[in-house]
Amino acid sequence: MKLFFLVFGVGMCGLVLLCLYRVTWGPTVLNRAAGISAIGTKTLTILLLMGVIYDRVAMFIDISMVYALLNFIGSLVLAKYLEGTGDVSCQ
Amino acid sequence: MSIKEILAVLFLLSGFFFFLTATLGLLRFPDFYARLHATGKGDTLAVTLCLIGLAVYQGISVNSIKIVFIAVFMFLAQPTATHAISRAAFRCGVLPWTITEGDEQ
Repeated sequence: MKLFFLVFGVGMCGLVLLCLYRVTWGPTVLNRAAGISAIGTKTLTILLLMGVIYDRVAMFIDISMVYALLNFIGSLVLAKYLEGTGDVSCQ
Repeated sequence: MSIKEILAVLFLLSGFFFFLTATLGLLRFPDFYARLHATGKGDTLAVTLCLIGLAVYQGISVNSIKIVFIAVFMFLAQPTATHAISRAAFRCGVLPWTITEGDEQ
């Protein structure tokens, strides 16, 4: 069962690397914001998997809860900031 | 393997499938709105399935209740963040991708 969680986590890390393509070479800032949001969601799952693998679930649950809150608030703040800048910098 | 572990593996594998489709949509779709459509829904369902699978693997304890709380929060927060980003794109003037016949673009 530990081996399954380990392989699953490695697969999730591969998906994060695929999402990093959109963050790095995304055409506009908004594409990068979408990629960052997707990466944050995957990182939350990877953190919980690390907690299960290391038998320290109680600690990693709190970390991933804070990560979920930070991801949500970061996306909202970025969206509000880009909404205020107008159309030139977004295109 | 007990039935708890089999359920956890099934939930995690279905969550991984939806993560994979959401990532492929983020990489391959032609437009910003289409990419956000893929990740906004696919990632929400996938993270909910993965967290429910991990909560089933933990059994009934304080940890599994906290994991279910994170799943409920992500189920509410992820569509809200996606909607905020897409509204910012619409107000910035990003046009949706269209195919019109007889048009050079």
